[in-house]
Amino acid sequence: MTNKTSVPQAPKRRLSWNDPGFRALIYQVLILGIVGLGVWYLVSNTLHNLAIRNISTGFDFLHREAGFAIGESVIDYTPADTYGRAIWVGILNTLRVSVVGIIAATLFGTMLGIARLSKNWLVSRVASAYVEVMRNIPLLLQLFFWYAIITEVMPGPRSALNPIPGVFISNRGLKMPALQGDALDWMVAGLGLAIVAIIVLGHWAKKRQEATGIIFPLVRAALGLLVVLPVAGWLISGASLSLEMPVMKGFNFSGGISLSPEFVALLTGLIIYTSAFVAEVVRSGIQSVNRGQWEAAEAIGLPRRRLLRLVILPQALRVIVPPMTSQYLNLTKNSSLAVAVGYPDIVSVVNTTLNQTGQAIEGILIIMAAYLTVSLSISIFMNWYNKRIALVER
Amino acid sequence: MKLIKAAALGASLFFAAATSQAGETYDAVKAKGFVQCGTHTALPGFSIADSKGVWSGIDIDLCKAIATMMFGDATKFKTTPVTTQQRFTALQSGEIDVLTRNTTATMTRDTTLGLMSAGVNYYDSQGIMVSKELGVKSAKELSGAAVCVQPGTTTELNLADWFRANNLDFKPVVINSPDEAMRSYVAGRCDAFTTDKSGLATIRTTLANPDDHVILPEDFSKEPLGPMVRQGDDQWFMVVRWALNTMLEAEEYGITSKNVDEMLKSSNPNIQRILGVTGEMGKGLGLDNKWAYNLIKQVGNYGESFERNLGAGSAMKLERGINAQWRDGGLMYGWPIR
Repeated sequence: MTNKTSVPQAPKRRLSWNDPGFRALIYQVLILGIVGLGVWYLVSNTLHNLAIRNISTGFDFLHREAGFAIGESVIDYTPADTYGRAIWVGILNTLRVSVVGIIAATLFGTMLGIARLSKNWLVSRVASAYVEVMRNIPLLLQLFFWYAIITEVMPGPRSALNPIPGVFISNRGLKMPALQGDALDWMVAGLGLAIVAIIVLGHWAKKRQEATGIIFPLVRAALGLLVVLPVAGWLISGASLSLEMPVMKGFNFSGGISLSPEFVALLTGLIIYTSAFVAEVVRSGIQSVNRGQWEAAEAIGLPRRRLLRLVILPQALRVIVPPMTSQYLNLTKNSSLAVAVGYPDIVSVVNTTLNQTGQAIEGILIIMAAYLTVSLSISIFMNWYNKRIALVER
Repeated sequence: MKLIKAAALGASLFFAAATSQAGETYDAVKAKGFVQCGTHTALPGFSIADSKGVWSGIDIDLCKAIATMMFGDATKFKTTPVTTQQRFTALQSGEIDVLTRNTTATMTRDTTLGLMSAGVNYYDSQGIMVSKELGVKSAKELSGAAVCVQPGTTTELNLADWFRANNLDFKPVVINSPDEAMRSYVAGRCDAFTTDKSGLATIRTTLANPDDHVILPEDFSKEPLGPMVRQGDDQWFMVVRWALNTMLEAEEYGITSKNVDEMLKSSNPNIQRILGVTGEMGKGLGLDNKWAYNLIKQVGNYGESFERNLGAGSAMKLERGINAQWRDGGLMYGWPIR
């Protein structure tokens, strides 16, 4: 007799229904299979239906000439360009209004949120009235309102308002003088240098404060650098800078920088609407910080600005960032209402494209892919930022 | 919201049953007992609903004519108002049986959308309207102008083509809703408004001061407007095509809704064939031999429909122009019923 059995062995892992790991695996495979089958059925059925209905499929149309004009674009575009480029113009237009909108709504909304907590009765009431009114009126209605204000209240281009020389406001939009000349590159270089210098200075100031306790007046120094370096660049290059003024020519102004009424209406609507939500996010974030934190910070004699920056904001941001991400996503997606006021965003351009080519499914897929990419990028960035500022448990 | 509707219609292609047989649409229309027409949401003269919700217009008459062909009853139809952006998807997905919505027949639409044009019930051209105070006499003076246009139409392409061909610059302002686009033009956001000339004429009548606006002489394009059906049902296609031809033939032979009963006694062999007194013309379409009699009696001939909706009998007061019968120098030419 051997005594092998007397040595307790680990029970051999067998494929048994009693093993929860095995069960989980089977369920997951099953569900994946069902989803896969569902997708396969939808895709093959769609392709089959399109084929028997003689509807063309595929993305070849992206290389064909678009043939329609687009009102405004960040890159060069003519009707002789391809559908692919037209759609790219639409995507860039969406990004343009979203990026500017997000920055402005954040700044404006934060101010409003802080104003709502102000001890000044009037300021806090005005801010809360704003928040309540703006977030309860549908955005589409607000867009129509702003567009109507711009197109109907503003005068025509021939009798444009001219508040400052070179600036014209009419129902064709806002026209401003543009800087031109060789000095422009030098000034941009100076600006870049100033930003690098400020970052370096910030690190140095922090190190020095940790070592010696002496606080460096960073804000004043930064402002100084931002002015001095570009001006230096301007002087070095021989001060050759001029303003290109918009001039009335034919039906409209030419030259200078111009913002179209469509862009302004959409941007204004998005900022005003979204900033009401941002204000609430900021307010709740600040209010989430325990009263004791304020008292403790005041007790060690921190001035108010420093108190907010060093004690309150780092704690508030942890509450603020996740809902703020949603607001950024909302603003980006809401920009698809652009076609209501004639701003050529991705939805507007793809709508025209799918109408000319009849390829509705491909068009909708492109729109979905574009928004998904933008939304996921915002989400990834905000999650990264959230991790960075999250409470570090020690 | 329109996008959502378009997406939903697109999605319905996913779930549509994957079957196809000859006469699919024809059979389905017969079975449900009415014709579902896709129409314009509101274009006076073509298709518009009055305050009681009763639809009228030259496109609605065509829809009624098709209903009479199928059921001998002009009331057996329903309308689905669709925008320029929804119309093709609505037809492709089977939400409507026929698109009677002043839609331009083009090669791309015939060859890549799985649809086909079944004739022309209005020959149009694209024009451009400007405010009189601009003092512009020709579209060639419009270099640099801002032009309001609706998205998803051949209009948008023709506009770009024409300005490109003439080496002129323009800024399109593309607004989805017709009302908003018009309001923008009136407010002066655009120097000009472009669409089909018939559309400009009807829209002009709705403005506060129609005389302040002028339609410039240039024709940007040819716009043969007519009904469209899905490919794959020849029988249904022929019903639609011959509804239109019957209206045109009736006008050519002077058969009207008023005199159609007397015309039954006519000795003209053409009239006898059209009205089913002799021959078996309706049988070929699988229809009652009285199809034309019913159609003319209840809807009227093409000329009557034109007069009532677009011509002297309407607010539009449009000339027949190229939409006159071929004998009168127009392009309307009904195919022989024989």
